[in-house]
Amino acid sequence: MTPTLAIALTAVFTAVSCALLGAFLVLRKMTMVGDAISHAVLPGIAVAYWLSQSRASLWMFIGAAAVGVLATIIIELLRKKLKVQSDASIGMTFTTLFALGVILITFWSDSVDLDQECVLYGEIAYVPFNTWSFSGLNMGPIALWSSGLLLLAVLAYTFIGFKGLKMSSFNEDYAAVLGIGVAAWNLSLMAMVSFATVVSFESVGAILVVALLVVPAATAYLLVEKLHLLLIGAGSIALLAALGGYALSRWMDTSIAGTVATLLGVQFLIVLLYHQLIQKRNQHAVA
Amino acid sequence: MFDPIFIKVLIGTLLLAASSSVVGVFSFLKGESLVGDAIAHALLPGVVLAFIIGDGRNPVFLILGALVAGLTAHYGISFLEQRTKLKGDTAISLVLSTFFGFGIMLLSAVQRTGQGQQAGLERFLLGKAAAITLSDLYVFGALALVLLASVALFFKGFQLMTFNEDFAAAIGLPIQLIRFVFTVLTVLAVTVGIQSVGVVLMAALLITPAAAARSWTASLRLMLVLSAVFAATAAVVGTIISASLPKMPTGPWIVLALGGIAFISLLIAPENGWLPRRKRARGNQLKTQRENLLKLLYGAEEREGHTVAMTSETIVGIRRQHLEGLRKTLRSLKKEYLLVERADGFALTEKGRTEGRRVVRLHRLWELYLTERLGMAADHIHPQAETMEHIITPEIEALIVKELGNPEVDPHQSPIPYEED
Repeated sequence: MTPTLAIALTAVFTAVSCALLGAFLVLRKMTMVGDAISHAVLPGIAVAYWLSQSRASLWMFIGAAAVGVLATIIIELLRKKLKVQSDASIGMTFTTLFALGVILITFWSDSVDLDQECVLYGEIAYVPFNTWSFSGLNMGPIALWSSGLLLLAVLAYTFIGFKGLKMSSFNEDYAAVLGIGVAAWNLSLMAMVSFATVVSFESVGAILVVALLVVPAATAYLLVEKLHLLLIGAGSIALLAALGGYALSRWMDTSIAGTVATLLGVQFLIVLLYHQLIQKRNQHAVA
Repeated sequence: MFDPIFIKVLIGTLLLAASSSVVGVFSFLKGESLVGDAIAHALLPGVVLAFIIGDGRNPVFLILGALVAGLTAHYGISFLEQRTKLKGDTAISLVLSTFFGFGIMLLSAVQRTGQGQQAGLERFLLGKAAAITLSDLYVFGALALVLLASVALFFKGFQLMTFNEDFAAAIGLPIQLIRFVFTVLTVLAVTVGIQSVGVVLMAALLITPAAAARSWTASLRLMLVLSAVFAATAAVVGTIISASLPKMPTGPWIVLALGGIAFISLLIAPENGWLPRRKRARGNQLKTQRENLLKLLYGAEEREGHTVAMTSETIVGIRRQHLEGLRKTLRSLKKEYLLVERADGFALTEKGRTEGRRVVRLHRLWELYLTERLGMAADHIHPQAETMEHIITPEIEALIVKELGNPEVDPHQSPIPYEED
């Protein structure tokens, strides 16, 4: 497999996974929680990495997912028990956890080969060099495998949970009446977002995960409202941005993740412009 | 520890933390805490562009670039929120992530040309309080002073903008201008604050001191003072810790200290703290249990026509509550001479009888009020009265008695027991 293909596939797998999960976050008005989780997993990654001494271990996923879910729970506790308004509880939680993560990494900097800048903006260009082998056979880049597995997991999750997620995203009370475990879907979604963040952080970085979570779904949301269309739209927009961004970044010799995010922004602007024009025309038609 | 570098860093972080926390109070109260987070991230492209144009080290260019990017981001968020169907949180995270991504792209372009290694840029990402130079201190110190002065100058306007924008507009205040000034101040505060804690942790400087201060007071002035004090304390703690441990960054320690202060405040603050609130709730629970117990004994006396004693086992049988909780209630009643413990169990004292009579009276008065005045059916009123008997004050009781014309019996024909004086 050529390095180019490995990078492109990793970018596509990651982008589409995040976009699908992001559609639910946008519908639930929880994108900032996704943002918070993507920062908050840092201490989990640090501890897991320190314990297991390896970068792509199962421990790392477990640690990060645990802290991601923990962050969600802390945010809820602050809001419900300590009566902090919800935006402030999100901000307090993720900054404190991120600070803790940076401190832990600094403490263990001799034994942990992990720097905060890598977590912040990742470097997908290194993907082809991090390979693993299975019983002597070179299996190719780790990130390719993990992002591929992530995509499968997200697809399965979306497919299995379509109804439960749909009901609890649109109308929590009604879903509860129907006997759908709203809290369980919430937590499982947050766990999936945490997984996606950990898988993506090394290649695209914590903050650009947020771009992948939010922007494709928001762009599609301007155009369609039906959930399955939203999922397909967000997935395609992410796919386009991942491939286009990668090509563009090779041409301009810029950061792949940054270019993908910029392209996502440009796509959004184009759709927004189109949307505003349509709206204006409709207003004229009515008048 | 008290070498000039340490002092410089300390003064720097103190100024930065205090000034941004003051601005943060207003955005916290407006419910726009996370807009500050978005602005912090959105500064990156502006700063990088300013870095390219302004030849790197010129702080005026950096601040101008930050200002332009911050204002653009702020207006972008408002536009998306007001003119499209996207919700506030989506607008914020969309602007945050695309601006930041664009910044990263520009940054990578700069780094390829080999200028990125200079200080100034990295500092914006993760904050490098330790790298504060004397000239930085002058520039950012002056900015902090401008900030505090503007807050003092525009206090009234900001107050109205925060709590009642419509009213402010109605009395002819230039609300657009005030909001613009506030946005500029927020961007300045973020630009300044980023120097010490960096982009990611900037939100903590805006939000956490304000949230901590809010748990202690509802007064805006006091909140401003408290959050500045909290932020300054955290700045001192963070600076000292990072100076005493090798390689420790200052920003994260400031943020962690802030988190600690906020957590303690949210737990123990007298009005809104979790522990005092729980204590009050527990107190109410105990009061209700005590009154129910006195009511039970009074009711038994009323039926039997003489003093009745009950053992705790009997009471548990009737009330079906935990023996442990009941013993506690009994102890507290005995201590205040509302009950006496006899060989055959607990019985009311004269004081306890008066209290029990009061609860029964309130119960029956409220039942009567519900049927007479609110037209509720007689078989629906008991649960309501069970709650209200613990809440009605003597003043309200007097009003109800007057309203109902000194009634003799309740809807179930039980007598309403008044005090015989």
